[in-house]
Parts: sequence; C-alpha cells; structure tokens
Amino acid sequence: MLIRKPNDIASSEITPESAYLDRRKFLGALGGMGLAAARVAAGTGTVGAAGAALVACDAEAAEPPEDKLTPYEDITTYNNFYEFGTDKSDPSENATHFVTKPWTVKVDGLVKRPADWHVEDFLKPYAAQEHVYRHRCVEAWSMVVPWLGFPIADVIRKVEPLPSAKFVEFTTLYDPKQMPGQRSGVLDWPYVEALRLDEAMHPLALFVVGLYGKVLPNQNGAPLRTVIPWKYGFKGCKSIVRMRFTDSQPVTTWNKAVPVEYGFYANVNPNVDHPRWTQSKERRIGEFRRRETLMFNGYADQVASLYAGMDLRTNF
Amino acid sequence: MHEAPARWWGARLRDRIPSVRAPRWLAPAVFTASLVPFAYVVYALYSDIIGTTRFLGSNPITEAEHFTGEWTLRFLIFTLAITPLRQLTRWGWLIRYRRTFGLFTFFYAMVHWSTYLGVDMVFDLHDILHDLAKHPYIMVGMGAFLLLVPLAATSTKSSIRSLGGKRWNRLHQLVWATVTLGLIHFAWGVKKDIEDPLLFGAIFGGLAAWRGWTWVSERRARTVASVPAAVERERGQRVGAPQLGTGD
Repeated sequence: MLIRKPNDIASSEITPESAYLDRRKFLGALGGMGLAAARVAAGTGTVGAAGAALVACDAEAAEPPEDKLTPYEDITTYNNFYEFGTDKSDPSENATHFVTKPWTVKVDGLVKRPADWHVEDFLKPYAAQEHVYRHRCVEAWSMVVPWLGFPIADVIRKVEPLPSAKFVEFTTLYDPKQMPGQRSGVLDWPYVEALRLDEAMHPLALFVVGLYGKVLPNQNGAPLRTVIPWKYGFKGCKSIVRMRFTDSQPVTTWNKAVPVEYGFYANVNPNVDHPRWTQSKERRIGEFRRRETLMFNGYADQVASLYAGMDLRTNF
Repeated sequence: MHEAPARWWGARLRDRIPSVRAPRWLAPAVFTASLVPFAYVVYALYSDIIGTTRFLGSNPITEAEHFTGEWTLRFLIFTLAITPLRQLTRWGWLIRYRRTFGLFTFFYAMVHWSTYLGVDMVFDLHDILHDLAKHPYIMVGMGAFLLLVPLAATSTKSSIRSLGGKRWNRLHQLVWATVTLGLIHFAWGVKKDIEDPLLFGAIFGGLAAWRGWTWVSERRARTVASVPAAVERERGQRVGAPQLGTGD
C-alpha cells in the first residue's frame, strides 16, 4: 500500500556551490522574480529525498502543485514589521533608508563568550546556504520562501552557553528615528522573541541573511533575522541586535501584548484556534482556495519530538 | 424634522446659506459615483485572481473584504450625515439622498458579505458555520448585516405610508444598532492596530452626539411652547399624512 505523504520541502537543502551559482544567474536573468526553477524536494526526507536538492537552472522544473515558491515581489511587499508601520505595505515603503551598516550584535547572558560583534565578524565563520521553507503567519496566510542562512545551532555551539542556560532571547533594534512604527504604542518596543534552547539548537531554526540568493531586504529584517519554520511568523526576530542566554523563560512581545492570543511556543497547530479566528486553514499567497494548515507547518516529523508529552493547547 | 434650536451657534451661518435647488444632474451623478468603489473592487479582484496584477496587494481576497467593509461604513456615515446637513442648510431636497446612501450601505454590506461567503469561504458551509459558531466577530458582523435587511425592505414610500411616520422612524433607529455592531465587528477583526475602527467610531460618535443634542433641544422646545400650540401640532401629526422628512 502506498502511503501518500504530504509534499514536503526537505529541511536543509544543501545546494552544491555550482548549482547555487547557476541558479543565482538564472534568477538574476529573471529579474529576481519568483519563477525560479527550483524544485522542492518531495517526500519527508527519508529515502532518496536527501539527495533531491534544488535542481540547477537548466531543468524546466515542474513544480509540484503544492509549495510553489512565492514571488519575490510578494515576499518583499507584504510584510508584518510593525516597527515600520502596521499596514502590509508600510515596511517596504518606510524601510528604504534604514541603515544596516554598521551593525552590532551583542551576545550576552549565561554564555562563556559574551561579546559585541560587528555583524560581518559575527557572520564570518558560517556558510549561508539556501533553505526553502514554508512561512506561516498567525493571521492565517502563508508563503514559501527561499531563505539564505545557517543554523542558529552553529552560533550557539561557538559562543558556548553555560549549563544553566535554558533559553535564548533575541532583541530587535530600537530606533524610533529610523523606525516610525516605534513611535506608536501598538507594541512594547523593542521587539523581543525567545526560544527554548533545544528549539534554537534544532537544525531547522535559522539565522537568515538573504532571500532568493540576494541580501535580505530591509523590510524583511535586514541585516540579520531568525526563521523558525514550524512556528508562527512572529516568533522570528528581525533586525537582531542582541542574543541573550537566560535560565528563565523570557517575556516575548506578542505574548505580553495579548497573552490569550499569542503564546510563547506559537507552534503552528490547526487544532488550536486563535481566539478570534480559525487556524485550521490558511491562504497561501498567490492561491485562490484556502489550504488545510499542517501540524507544525508540515515539519512535524522533524520537530514533534521537542514537544513530546506537552499539552499543546495549554502551551500554545 | 427635529429642529436645531432657533438660537443655536450655527444659526447665523445657517441663515447665510442660500436656498439652493438641486441641479438635475445631481441624482444620477451621486448614483454613478456610489457605484465606483464596487466597479473597482470587482475589476481589481478579478484581475488579481485570474491574472498577475496586484491592485489589491498580495492578499487580494482579504483586502477586498476590508475594502468593501470600509465602504459599507462610509456609506453609513453619508446616510447619517444627511439629516445634520439638512438641519444646517435647510435644503429639503437632501432627504432623497438619505435613502440613496442608505440603500448603498445595504448594497456594500451585501457585497462584503458575498465576498466573505463566496470568494473567501467558497460557500463551504462547514467552514462558515464553524466561523459563525466559534468566532464571535463573524457573528456580530452577520448581526449588523441582518439588521439592515428590514431597513432596506421598508425603504420605499409605500412602506412609510403603511407603517406611519412614527413607527417607520422608530424602526429605522435600528441603524444605530448596525453602527454599533459594525464597529465591534471591525475592531474585533483587526490584529492589534485599532486606529481605523477608533476613527470611524469617533465619526459615528459625533453624528450620534448631534442627534442626541437636537432631540434634547426639541423636547425642551416642546415643553416650553404654549399648550394651544402643542395641541395644534399634535392634531397636525395625527391627521396629516406622514411626509418624507418628518420626524427623523
């Protein structure tokens, strides 16, 4: 009996350098539009799928009906980045002059090597690779994004958290002069997000520096952001200036703003509705009909074990 | 019509406003202009869904819902602004536009509702019932819409005649319930930024305050007036046919 598994995107797609560069040329030729001939790997990452990385440019890849790459224009003009305004078009309109150089990342807290880094030095040891992930917003829309990044785990191993560290917390820049949305009290600034240390160590959790093979645009969280694909999008922290290790669960911004609606874990879960709207379905940007939302955004095989025995309704 | 008191602050302004007749092109122009947002959203949504345009952005169905919802509220404002405008200008011919805008409010509410049911939920009864049952802001929106149905149904002159002016007016006070439920529906549907619902709320609040004030002044004027005058007025109200424009 053939058990049909949901079409999945292999977690970390290690693109051979030649294929990556070829595709970059291809994308450049297309003007960075979302018609990349990247083929998303089918299957759940067991037999054979591991090698099914992105097909190089020359193949006119028949993209599977599910999980087509979202066009670059949508990814870069439909954004929730309240620091630049609360309309979806605000970040792309208001972040054009955002200054991302020089940029400092502070690593502190319960860690053996606390330091302030120039972001270039912070990023130097790590090779950014393309990872095509589903991105699911808590507002019940989603995209498929070819992020360029590397596992947060690589950084954690390098900075050596102390045995007492249980959580890692990320903070966004606070600069109301450059970020007009921070002059309003819609959220308590600066934006803070956090993960349990084992969540942050998971290979799927990324530090991201680019998108579609190009440098991350300002409205997407330049110069450095996190992406946690099995959680709602607000768990990703954009324009990161601080990474702090702590032993107590940090208070995160959306959870602080509306505790009954936004939890600490924020795992994508079709069985736990947002109090005001359903989470069982989502609108994939570019598609007409809504789709069924997948448990852990389709990454259940890889991450469900992190939550074994937990009540996912209480710990939402 | 509830009168603003004879010596209110705007009286001098009002006395300066000339008595103007409506130009003949006004009614067709208002009707056509009122259809423009509808024509735009239909074209834009169709083009975005079938083609590759982004008139309504990356998430056109949600944007179309916001667009039609906001225009419902705007037409509600236009409708409720007619009477204050009439009191200010004493232009009696404005009254017909109260019905025009009232019916367009209902029209845009229908379009908003249809976008949700047909385009967003693709008539999936299970999903719709789930939304209605578990998500109060949908129920509140439905309520606001349903309250407009009797108002639309009794918008004709013959309805006013058969109901009688007083009863018709009381029925149409339901519009304020629609305003309230509509604002709650709006505020409950936004993620966090309630700026827009608050702005609309402030405008409706102003219109309601005006109504409240003219109603109170009218009552005061009535109690002060002499008995014979009151009797005369009462007789006139009972005997005369309810006119368009009395007792709003």
